[in-house]
Amino acid sequence: MTDAALHGHGHPALLGGRPHEGPASKRITTGFGFWIFLLSDIVMFSCFFAAYAVLLGQTAGGPKGAELFDLRSVAAETALLLLSSFTCGLAMIAADIRNAFWYQIGMAVTCLLGLGFLLLEFREFAELVGRGAGPTRSAFLSSFFTLVGCHGAHVSAGILWLLTMMAQVFAKGFRADIMRRLLCFALFWHALDIIWVAIFSVVYLLGSAA
Amino acid sequence: MLGKLTWAAIPFDQPIPLVTGAAVLVIILGMVAWVVIAGHLPYLWREWITSVDHKRIGVMYTLLACVMLLRGFSDAIMMRAQQAVAFQSQGYLPPEHYNQIFSAHGTIMIFFVAMPFVIGLMNLVVPLQLGVRDVAFPTLNSVGFWLTATGALLVNISLVVGEFARTGWLPYPPLSELTYSPGVGVDYYLWSLEISGVGTLVAGINLVTTVLKLRTKGMTYLRMPMFCWTTLASNLLIIAAFPILTATLAMLILDRYFGFHFFTNEAGGNVMMFMNLIWAWGHPEVYILVLPAFGIFSEVVPTFSGKPLFGYRSMVLATMAICIISFTVWLHHFFTMGAGPNVNAIFGIASMIIAVPTGVKIYNWLFTMYGGRIRFATPMLWSLGFMVTFILGGLTGVLVAVPPADFLLHNSMFLVAHFHNVIIGGVLFGAFAGYTYWFPKAFGFRLHEGWGKAAFWLWLIGFYVSFMPLYAVGFLGMTRRMQHYDVPEWRPWLMVAGVGAVMILVAIICQVMQLVTSIRDRDALHDVTGDPWDGRTLEWATASPPPVFNFAIPPDVTGEDAYWLMKAHAREQVLAPAEPDYRDIEMPRNSPTGFVCAFFATVMGFALIWHIWWMVILGGIGAFATFVVFAWRDHDEYVIPAAEVARIDGLNREARRAALNLAGSRS
Repeated sequence: MTDAALHGHGHPALLGGRPHEGPASKRITTGFGFWIFLLSDIVMFSCFFAAYAVLLGQTAGGPKGAELFDLRSVAAETALLLLSSFTCGLAMIAADIRNAFWYQIGMAVTCLLGLGFLLLEFREFAELVGRGAGPTRSAFLSSFFTLVGCHGAHVSAGILWLLTMMAQVFAKGFRADIMRRLLCFALFWHALDIIWVAIFSVVYLLGSAA
Repeated sequence: MLGKLTWAAIPFDQPIPLVTGAAVLVIILGMVAWVVIAGHLPYLWREWITSVDHKRIGVMYTLLACVMLLRGFSDAIMMRAQQAVAFQSQGYLPPEHYNQIFSAHGTIMIFFVAMPFVIGLMNLVVPLQLGVRDVAFPTLNSVGFWLTATGALLVNISLVVGEFARTGWLPYPPLSELTYSPGVGVDYYLWSLEISGVGTLVAGINLVTTVLKLRTKGMTYLRMPMFCWTTLASNLLIIAAFPILTATLAMLILDRYFGFHFFTNEAGGNVMMFMNLIWAWGHPEVYILVLPAFGIFSEVVPTFSGKPLFGYRSMVLATMAICIISFTVWLHHFFTMGAGPNVNAIFGIASMIIAVPTGVKIYNWLFTMYGGRIRFATPMLWSLGFMVTFILGGLTGVLVAVPPADFLLHNSMFLVAHFHNVIIGGVLFGAFAGYTYWFPKAFGFRLHEGWGKAAFWLWLIGFYVSFMPLYAVGFLGMTRRMQHYDVPEWRPWLMVAGVGAVMILVAIICQVMQLVTSIRDRDALHDVTGDPWDGRTLEWATASPPPVFNFAIPPDVTGEDAYWLMKAHAREQVLAPAEPDYRDIEMPRNSPTGFVCAFFATVMGFALIWHIWWMVILGGIGAFATFVVFAWRDHDEYVIPAAEVARIDGLNREARRAALNLAGSRS
């Protein structure tokens, strides 16, 4: 990695726009790269959203969304996930002031809220499958389970990551590279919220109305 | 215990794959034995397999592409031979084998030849051109490479264990659904592309971040070499398009493994959704491949014309325009779907519009050459061959972009000729130009010019002899992917095409000979100064091969063609620049993470293909554990002391000063 201190003498900006000061810091670079990853992840989700939109009416004589969705449970899921984003933010603030105690508390609460979300989602899926409305029933249900399940898989991976980050801070403290990973983790966790808001609106709210 | 895997998976009754597989296995085992016995293993492990150096990773990508080119070409010449003989007869390839061959040929050539070739060149060159010491994420870069290699390995395993897809290079449902393709062929396809797709995405994120965030001081956007711009555009396309591929193939996997109904005939599945999704990735994909090639020509043409690139800013604009428009044309791959005349018209017009920025580029290259003192070295020959061939391929492309014409030409041999015309004439010629042009930078010696020129002419003529007849049989009504045929009018054309394939075979032999003789004569071909072509951009400002840190002192860029300006400045001053103030340099440490991770990905992919569930879990745990171990290490950098930097840099400064003074006194 290039050391910014090495860049010789300055010179006035010539043709070609603003003067460029050389490579960005590692923190900027890592955060930027992770943003790009998140964008690509959102592109992937948009494919599943598109598939859902295309297959929405293809119920093959099976149940429609309005007959299946339990908005109270979904509201609880939403509350848990949004709250977990808040506690994740608190944990990051604790990390910024290098307070390991409150960091671990914040992460642990985030983890519990995430697990609660997953539990509710799992219960919903199990109930649907039990009622004969599993993903193999119709193209509509295939796309529903895939879209929502893909988000759930992301939350599960996020929890695995979260636990790893708790262990890392416990074992190594707030090292610079660990702080960069925390930045990425926080971005990831908030991005899952954004996707959930889209799922909540497009799948559940519009689906219940139809 | 082993899922669907039994001894029946080994094709004992089919001599061709069995003998080929056995021969390849013997060669690989022989090479491994030689490496181990001769004691090269520690060197290979230390310097290559665990390397996180972008130059080494770039070389390995390119090597993978070259090896897979041999495999993909073997498939090609088998198909040409089959069609040359299979007139009113079955030929020598049974239909189920022939179908696997054309599927494997397309898959391999796109995903494991063209992609690693361009990604390898971008990896090797872009950090050097930007004047920096590494890419943004060196270890991830290694992971990306090894995951690509995993995909290639799985495709090759399918040759002897089980079968490959018979569905064409894009597995259109419902044929690719479990009902109609119950074997493991499609699963091999799906998992090798899912895994290598992750590798490609990682490479894309890495290169975009490198270009946007890691440029040396003074390297503003509009001073970047064109190759960096096309790299940026191509990798932005990777980031936006490859997730679509991943998602689409995931849907097909869910259909096949768990009985979902995305693309099935039953329960409301929608086959045309697959076509739309796959081409929403697939059309940007062709620009992912060809934009870096455009960038290579934009480096080669100015260098060998001795002039700056004509219309640099229009070139930047054209590149970014292609980057965006490439997402608005996908429907032209299935005008026959029946979307209606208005939709077809819009996509037809968009497809024609995208030819405009491409035309801008062609004119810019021509005007760059105009009035220049052109040196006809091998990279320049490839560039000229490209210009002629690609214009032809582009024109037939505009022809099939007209919906009514496309209704006649859809899935005909005319189409086959068209996309080979642009991919060979554009991407492959570009890759070969880049390979010859940057080979001395990577290895410190030039490639033999004589063999290179022979290979060029044989490729060029061989290409025309192979593919012009395919345009003709397309007009005569021949559709693609035919295992045999009964129409006598087609036969002479197909025999000529077979002769063309043999010429390309000789061309490839020339390329192998070029490599062998160049390595043998490497002392005579030695590149002393690091600037063998009188280059213009920063990769030529350092030694060949560059030291691990690329630049002892990060270069300070004052305009376009940064190295050309430095040389001009040094000549004016007569004196070489003063001894720089060397500092310690921190470089990332090697890591086996990529290799180990790919090992587990291979295990997991193979297990998924054969439904060996315990092995899937094992592979998944292994991959996760690898990352945790990597995250746990305490020292990820090592320091090269200033004295060592001074010693390494001193050697090259001396050689360069001698060369520059010589040039100065001559002019």
